[in-house]
Amino acid sequence: MDMVGHNTLVVLLGATALGLAAGMVGCFMVLRRRALVSDALSHATLPGIVAAFLTGMALGVEGRSLPLLLTGAAISGAIAVMTIQAIKRWTRLTEDAAIGAVLSVFFGAGVVLLSVVQELPAANAAGLKGFIFGQTAAMRTGEAVGLGALALLAASMVWLFFKEFRLLAFDEGFARAAGWPTGRIDLALMALVTLVTVVGLQTVGLVLIIALLITPAATARFWTDDLARMLVIAGTVGAVSGGVGALLSSRFADLPAGAIIVLVATTLFFISLVVAPSRGLLGRSLRRARLRRALLAGELAP
Amino acid sequence: MNIDAVTFLSVDLPALLAALFACLSCALVGNFLVLRRQSLMGDAISHAVLPGIVAGFLVAGTRDTFPMLAGALTAALVAGVMIELVRRLGRVEAGAAMGVVFTGLFALGVVLIEQGPARQVDLDADCVLYGQLEAILWLTPGGWSDLADPAIWATLPRQVLQLVAVFAICLTIILIFFKEFTLVSFDPALADTLGLKSGLVQHVIVALAALAAIAAFEAVGSILVIAMLICPAATARLFTDRMVPQLALSLLVGGVTGVGGYGLAAFGPSLLGYDMAVNAAGSIAVLAGIILALSILLAPRYGVLARVTGRVMRGAAA
Amino acid sequence: MLQRLLSDNFIPTADAGVGALAVSGLSVAYHQRLVLRDVTWTAPAQGLVAVVGPNGAGKSTFLKAVLGLVPSLTGTIEVYGRPLKRQRALIGYVPQRESVDWDFPVSALDVVTMGRYGLIGWGRRIGAKHKQAAMQALDRVGMADFAHRQIGQLSGGQQQRVFLARALAQEARLYFMDEPLAGVDAATEQTILAVLRELDAEGRTVICVHHDLQTVAETFDHVLMLSGGLVAAGPVREALTEENLRRAYGQRASGLLLGPR
Repeated sequence: MDMVGHNTLVVLLGATALGLAAGMVGCFMVLRRRALVSDALSHATLPGIVAAFLTGMALGVEGRSLPLLLTGAAISGAIAVMTIQAIKRWTRLTEDAAIGAVLSVFFGAGVVLLSVVQELPAANAAGLKGFIFGQTAAMRTGEAVGLGALALLAASMVWLFFKEFRLLAFDEGFARAAGWPTGRIDLALMALVTLVTVVGLQTVGLVLIIALLITPAATARFWTDDLARMLVIAGTVGAVSGGVGALLSSRFADLPAGAIIVLVATTLFFISLVVAPSRGLLGRSLRRARLRRALLAGELAP
Repeated sequence: MNIDAVTFLSVDLPALLAALFACLSCALVGNFLVLRRQSLMGDAISHAVLPGIVAGFLVAGTRDTFPMLAGALTAALVAGVMIELVRRLGRVEAGAAMGVVFTGLFALGVVLIEQGPARQVDLDADCVLYGQLEAILWLTPGGWSDLADPAIWATLPRQVLQLVAVFAICLTIILIFFKEFTLVSFDPALADTLGLKSGLVQHVIVALAALAAIAAFEAVGSILVIAMLICPAATARLFTDRMVPQLALSLLVGGVTGVGGYGLAAFGPSLLGYDMAVNAAGSIAVLAGIILALSILLAPRYGVLARVTGRVMRGAAA
Repeated sequence: MLQRLLSDNFIPTADAGVGALAVSGLSVAYHQRLVLRDVTWTAPAQGLVAVVGPNGAGKSTFLKAVLGLVPSLTGTIEVYGRPLKRQRALIGYVPQRESVDWDFPVSALDVVTMGRYGLIGWGRRIGAKHKQAAMQALDRVGMADFAHRQIGQLSGGQQQRVFLARALAQEARLYFMDEPLAGVDAATEQTILAVLRELDAEGRTVICVHHDLQTVAETFDHVLMLSGGLVAAGPVREALTEENLRRAYGQRASGLLLGPR
């Protein structure tokens, strides 16, 4: 008998692909100090999902059709990101306040809509809550293929536009002054992040997809100062978290996959924080101690 | 629309009071988060308490409130310290540090919920997200006249009394240490050279935020807590350049939003002819957003409209 | 309690031979790169000291490390013969202007009053006496008319004067200032220079990061020249020589001292 059954294999491959895509794309969010924009983005998908469900019901379409719900999620997520940008651009409020306000108000609106759905006699809202916590184990073959396509798309976008994305992440002002269409590059990048978030919702839920975007990228940062390497490492950390998490959860019934995937990533993060040679804690304090010793011993030539 | 006195007194009044005091505490403490550009600490705390709540339950083995609150408070403080450590020791940017820590703790909470004992009593994450404002009942008063008796106020539901007490604690500490809080928020380096420990004060601010947030969770859920920590303070930022009016205005906005949002949720739909009530915590958050959006547009000096017209007028003058 | 703490602060007289600040073996590293190595220096018990050196010489780092705002790799700091930690009340600090959020809802007077929080103590109200002292400090820098203005609405020079007034309100014995004259208008520069001379006349020590070599001799008595470490220190006449400048700035040094000297 197989060590790994068909269902488990589907979940495993799907989660690995999602981790790969989110890890790579997340690098740009972390480097642009926008990690928590993805927080707002994912929370803000809730009203879109529920509104799409209500619209579908009103139009007589099957309310739980996945493409419809994900379209709604993408639209409200995009509106949220634009609202944050507008608040930052037009008011004295700082980015953190804009993110927090948008996140909570959009999510609040989603909760209000959800409570409306629950009171409607005809509605079957059972599947909607799955988006909040995710339902990795319920992944079907089609979804896993979709996640694979997503990973492929993310990798090829990052490969094709590596130079542009790097420029944007490092020095947006310079890029604009040098004549690059920073608005459009930014749009492409945010579209990719939105896509990863929306597709990932199904799998790990809207809180934990944030982790897949931030944690692998922050982990990779400990190991290298080179963006290309960082992308590879972050993609690997994401993929390993997805794979190992899915595997563990299939072996132990008590372990929900989404959460375990995130915990694997978090563990890798903390291990890297301590042991990574270039920017990790141990390496840095060792070098610092060596520097101090050399200094006190007078070994350093002035 | 007809509501009889007893229903109002036993169902709506305690919920209104709970919403009001939850909003007041969060709005007050939120000022210091917003001013220190740490608004998202509220977000991080709200997610990070989940494992604490579940662990509190698992350890105590009952659904009593106290162990869960203690667990939540512990988890919030652990989260605060971990974020600071990751930021300092790992040299990770604040946003990413918060993101890594709170999602990790949240995931831990989700795993704990799935473990045997927690599953059996159906300890679900819903109540953490949405709160149970509607479940706070005050059965003692039989009519309006009963409210004149001071003794009856002592019989208010535990959640309400708890929220009043937390608001009193937050208000007292902020009044006593107003000048230290302001100094550390404005210029922590000066505080350090003066020997006023800025690190300690920052931890106290996070602890107060955690206290306000956790006291409010049970009643109004985590979404509302995030909204109330940020929106009233952000709204006040658009109207004033002084500290005391900033705090006063945020309290006013918080109070109005809490009472108004509950009113909208409880009575709004029936006014429109629908026989239902929508989620109160969500409505309060939405109302907070609407007030903030209107302020962003219309505030006299820092509003978008005032800025645009000011620019146009300066352009015309030049 | 605070009174006792204050009286505890030990200030010897100028002729006791104890400098205002004694730095010994101070080294600071950022990201494993040595920014300052092995600085040993004793500040005079009174007078105006200019900290000079090329960009990246570690001037601001020196100030911050002495104040304990950045961790140092090695070294000890003593203020009037005692560890810095016990002498906080004797120290005043004027940071670079970019270091705070100018949108913060406080007025000029509020900011200056903050200089007195160390004297007031934890949890105590700000008494009339302290408000008065803050007002006087604002007056000394010519900013009394702007006391109730929100700080973001002041010009760069005015903001710098508010920072200076805040340091004055601290009533310190030893002042550290990080480029107080950088990018300010002529009126502000005059005010700041006048205040520096007053502080000197009152017998206080001011240690000031200064970037304009040409004006050092007009204003300051002493020089501390840094370039990754100590290059020279002493009275301006002795330390500010072509020879030392060449050691600190390299060949670009030629002509640095031309001008109104």
